[in-house]
Parts: sequence; C-alpha cells; structure tokens
Amino acid sequence: MWAMVMKEFQELRRDRRTMAMLIALPLLLLVVFGYAANFNVSSIPTNTYGPQAQKVADGLKDPFDVRTVDPGGSRNDAETAVRDNKVDVAIVSQSSGKPTALIDGSSLFAAQSAVSAFAMSGGQVETDVLYNPELKTSWVMVPALAGLILTFIGVIVTSLGLVRERQEGTLEQLAVMPFRPFDVIGGKIAPYFVFAAVDMVLVTVLGVILFDVPFNGSVVVFALGSLLFLLVLVGLGGLISSLSQNAGQAIQLALFVMLPSIMFSGMIFPLAAMPWTIRWIGYVMPLTYFINIAQGVMLRGAPFTALWLSFLVLAVYAVVVFTAAVLRLRRDLAPNVKAQPRQDVAAKTAVAA
Amino acid sequence: MSFGLSEVSVRFGATTALDHITFAAPRGSVSAVVGGDGAGKTTLLGCLTGAIEPDSGRVERPAKRLLGVMPSTSGTWRDLTVDENIDFVARAYGITGEDLRAKRGRLVAKAGLDRARDRLARQLSGGMRQKLGFVLALLHGPTLLVLDEPTTGVDPVSRVELWGMISEAAAAGAAVAMATTYLDEAERATTVLVLDSGQALASGTAGEVIGSLPGTISVVDRPADPRRAWRRGRVYHEWHPGGDSTSAQIDSDVDLEDTVIAQMLRRREHAST
Repeated sequence: MWAMVMKEFQELRRDRRTMAMLIALPLLLLVVFGYAANFNVSSIPTNTYGPQAQKVADGLKDPFDVRTVDPGGSRNDAETAVRDNKVDVAIVSQSSGKPTALIDGSSLFAAQSAVSAFAMSGGQVETDVLYNPELKTSWVMVPALAGLILTFIGVIVTSLGLVRERQEGTLEQLAVMPFRPFDVIGGKIAPYFVFAAVDMVLVTVLGVILFDVPFNGSVVVFALGSLLFLLVLVGLGGLISSLSQNAGQAIQLALFVMLPSIMFSGMIFPLAAMPWTIRWIGYVMPLTYFINIAQGVMLRGAPFTALWLSFLVLAVYAVVVFTAAVLRLRRDLAPNVKAQPRQDVAAKTAVAA
Repeated sequence: MSFGLSEVSVRFGATTALDHITFAAPRGSVSAVVGGDGAGKTTLLGCLTGAIEPDSGRVERPAKRLLGVMPSTSGTWRDLTVDENIDFVARAYGITGEDLRAKRGRLVAKAGLDRARDRLARQLSGGMRQKLGFVLALLHGPTLLVLDEPTTGVDPVSRVELWGMISEAAAAGAAVAMATTYLDEAERATTVLVLDSGQALASGTAGEVIGSLPGTISVVDRPADPRRAWRRGRVYHEWHPGGDSTSAQIDSDVDLEDTVIAQMLRRREHAST
C-alpha cells in the first residue's frame, strides 16, 4: 500500500489545481462563508414621503437607513421607488394619521427585518408588504433557483464540450479545418444555448405553476434578460472549456463559478447583510444580476428602465467571456503560434496557393 | 510542386526537437519520416501543417483549404456515425449536394466502410476508424496529405487497405507526408527520412538509405559485440562499422529496419565519444 500512497502523493504534487483545492480552498471557504452566512440585515435602505416625511425619518432607528426624504412625494412615488428596487422600504405619511410603510416583499430578509422592527416600535407605523404579502420563501427562491439551475446546466455541461474534442484528439483536426476560433466556440455552444433556453422556459413555467409564484411583469423583458444570462453562462462554459485539458479540470473550474454563485448572489444569504470585503464577490457573479432581473420582473413587475443596469452588466459580461474564450482558443487552433514565442525567430513560412 | 521543410530547427526550451532538418514531400509521391518515440516525427509534421512554428528554416505548404491532416488519434468524432463524420467535414469545406454524395459513396466504398455507414465511429474497429480518418483527410481533395502514424495499432489487412488508399492518393497527384514506426511500410515510400532525437540520420530512397550505412551487417547466433547487435526472430543481427565480418555471416538482405537500428547505434556511439 505504501507504494500506492507514494504514487498518489507524486501525482497530487503535479496537479496544482487539486492541491490548491485541498489546501487553500477549505481555509478560503471557512473565512468567506463565515462572513457570508448571515441572515440578519443590519441596514435597510428607506425613503420617506409625504408631509411628515422629515418627522418620520427622524424617528427611524436602526436597521433603517434613510436615503431620501421627500415631503412632496406621494404613495405613487413610494411604490415606484420600491418597485424599481431603489429602496426596500418607503414610508408614506399624510397630514394626519399613521404613516404607512411599503415594504418590498421580494427582498425577503430585509422585509422580515422591517416588519419585525415596525412591530417592535409599538404600531406607530402601519405596514403594507408589497409583491410578496405573505413573505413566502418560495416566491423569492423560484426565480433565483431558475437561475441557479441554469448556471449548473449552462456552465458545467458546456464546459465539457471542448474538453471532449481536446481529449479525443479532434481539436487538432479542427485546427487544420477552415474554421475561425469564433466558429468553433460559437458552434460548440449554440446547441447548449438552445437546450438551456428550453430549460429556462420549463423551469420558470413549472415554478409558477407549482409554487403559485406571480408573474407580474413583461414576458419580453424577462425573456431578454434570460437570454442574456444564458449567453453569459454558455460563454463561461466555453471559456472554462478552453482553459481545461480534461473533464476533471473543467468541473473543478465550473465549481469555482457554481459555489460563489450559490453563496454570494443573494439567493440564500442577503447581500445587504455581507461586509463589503466579501460582498463584491456577489457583484462579480452573473447570477446576482439575473436574480435581480427575474425577481424584479416576476414579483415586482419592474420595467426595463428599472433593470437596465443588470442588463448592461450581463451584456458586458457576455462580450468579455466570449472574447476571452475565443482568444484562449486561438492559441490552440491558430497555426504558427508557439506557447512561448522567441525573439530570435528567423523562420520564414511560405504558403503556396 | 514540392512541399516540405528546409533546414528547419525547432526548440522547446532547452530541448532541440528538430535540428536543421530538410524534408521534401513532392506531389505524386509518398514521403515517409521514420524514427523511434521522441525522434521528432510529430514535430516535423506539425511544422508541415503549420501547427508548430519553427525557430529557423523554411516551410513550404499549401493553403489551409488544400491541406489534409490525419492525426495519430484518427481525427474522427466518436459519437458521430461514419456518414455524419463525412458530412461534417464536407460541410466545413463547402462540399454539398451531388458532389458530396458522389465523393462520400466513392471514398466509403474504397475504404470498405460501406456496410458501416450508420455505425458510430467509436463502435468501429481500430483499422476501420483509421480508414475513416483517412477518408476525412482526403475528402476535400488536398494537395498535401499529412498522416501521423496512420497504421499504428491497425491489423495487417487494414494496413494493406490503408496503404492502397495512400498510394492511390499519391498517384492522383497529392503529396503524401507520413510518419510511421513500421519500417517495412516505410520501404514502400518514395523517399524516407530517418530521424533520431531531432537529427537526420539518413534520407533518400529506401535503397539509398540502406546503401548509406557504412560497414556490413552480419547474421549470427551469438554477437561478438552485444552493444552493436539486436535480435530479429531467433538470430542476432550485428553491425560491423569497419566491414570486419566473415563473408559467410554477411546479411545479403539488409533492410531498412537493420539500417535504421544500425544508424541509431552509430549516432549514439558518436555522441558518447
């Protein structure tokens, strides 16, 4: 058995990615997830509207973080601010009577904290939970899960595509065929994109039917956001594929996308509850932006104008991952390129027609 | 027109994979490069296809569309059928319709794959898969066919069939450049280049290569100098650089295999002195 143990150590020593996973990853996961695993929202973005806006704002304590005080604002303004995800709570006051707090039910943890805080204040403010009045977890989770399932399918399955060509020796055959790197990447991921799009429709429709999740917004905006998100996912899969020599490496890299997506996208733990030292990881994950679009459209009925930033980020993401994948693959496909070009190259290559 | 390499050197870090190698692949002929593992055969073919850029020297090759390559792994897509493999490559080269049907029918019949057209490539025998790989490389009518050990691991009957196809392609005007470890096959090539550790040991026709070996080779039961002997069947063949073997022992039927082994021993003797 000792011989087997020695051989395994020798192999592991040369597999740097696995070594990194074995040594560095547990420490990283403990530290990062330790900070991320927090359901308590300590800061709830809040606006106040109406004649008593200033008085209401002055009376608010933690966890409410007053952003805008608008004495001239109406309930419509408050609803728009919540719908467009500008704030999680908007308090509307009249000249007399109790003010009403409109709470965004699609931000589940912030809403729960807000409801609890208002209840403890002795009923000075009436609460009206919008978009998810019963604060159902499934309503918030289904749009996020649709994104997560698609991340799983899109990234892992696509990442294995090019690796198979490499392992079976057909990548070198593709290199001498009249294809551009973009043709190979595009051709490889197009079928996965189609299947992922079908999956997206099935998962969303099934989620709506089984869990009674409302679909309040525009189907077109949702479809556009989903397609953009899928494009990012299959592009990431293509990039991982171009960086991996075998299926094991591809899956390892895909997990590096999957795990942070689950933990930091706001799907399980609210982003607002994370310190900025790790919260930025969430803003690097494409799932974060898809969840914003999906929950915005499905639950809040948010229009494109309220979600444009998420669309823009996903579009930039798609361009970046596709460009990176094509550039990386060009090294493998394009002839006349050595891994480390030499300065003293004097070779002349003649190509006859 | 002749394709090939002229004084090409390739270095990978401190290792010299090819050292001022010249290799010609004229149209209408089969040019073989032989040598053991690590000799530089695949690097040479890589230079010829453009996959590897030489550090120095000159390469003549046709445009990409007129290049046909068969890698050592056969270059077939295992989860596609024989017909689907052919159709994919044909589409990549813009071969469609009647042209595709005619080419597919002719090449599949010639390769003896006509009864396996619906079979997945991974379900084919090694020989059938190599023949399919050759069909894919030949499909678009390349002027230069580069074949990396096309018959390695192939049964004797399939080897004969593959060689028939290779010869036909050359007869039809293609330049065929192939690497092989089978020296009996290399003797059938028009010209042979013998490589060892990136250096050319000999080149020319098989007869010229055999004739270039100094000294004689004897067939003996017990070699006088085991460092210059190798076993073939039940007897030893021994190389005598000074021709100092008795005439009764001289092998009158020296072939390329004897010559290549003797040339390698010669080079290693020179390298160690």
